[in-house]
Amino acid sequence: MPQVPASHFLFMVLYALLVSLVFAVLLKDERRDQLKTGAMMFGGFIVTALAISWLMYPFPL
Amino acid sequence: MATKSTAAERASASAKASARQAQAEPGRLALVCILSWLIPGAGHLLQGRRDKGLAFLIVLPLMFGIGLWLQGRLFPLEMSDPLVFLGAIADRGIGLPYLIAYFADAGAGTVTAASYEYGNTFLMTAGLLNFLVILDAFDIGKGRK
Repeated sequence: MPQVPASHFLFMVLYALLVSLVFAVLLKDERRDQLKTGAMMFGGFIVTALAISWLMYPFPL
Repeated sequence: MATKSTAAERASASAKASARQAQAEPGRLALVCILSWLIPGAGHLLQGRRDKGLAFLIVLPLMFGIGLWLQGRLFPLEMSDPLVFLGAIADRGIGLPYLIAYFADAGAGTVTAASYEYGNTFLMTAGLLNFLVILDAFDIGKGRK
């Protein structure tokens, strides 16, 4: 079993990718629409996560 | 000419409606839903949605596998703790991969691992997404899609 990486960012990107893929396939029938929806959803996940993480940066743990 | 076209359209619509009706038999719908729960994407494959079915068949068990690899926990059905109970329901949504993991004693979870919460999230999300896939397969069976 390969060792688990410790990168939280990697986990987040992987999660966003897989969830976007499932939703895109679920919601759209045409390949082109699926790609567009999936890309938009994936981008939305990443941008929102980065924005929230920067907003939380000043707060102590 | 226009009359011929309308008659052809009507015949086509009638054929489609009867095909939907045949598909929407309760027994068949139940089979689609159970198969869809047991094997993610099987409900779509059974109804001729090959691309969608294959995508779900690959991605959802992969997500579940990643959750186990990240040392997530498969929660027990404990009524005393409502959040654990809801997590347990979500975990079980994936069907066969859950049963395999359960009988293989996987999914004990390592609370101290950095990836523990991510693992839980992957496991639960895989199950919850499969619930949506089941509903989609049901809608297709009903002729709504």
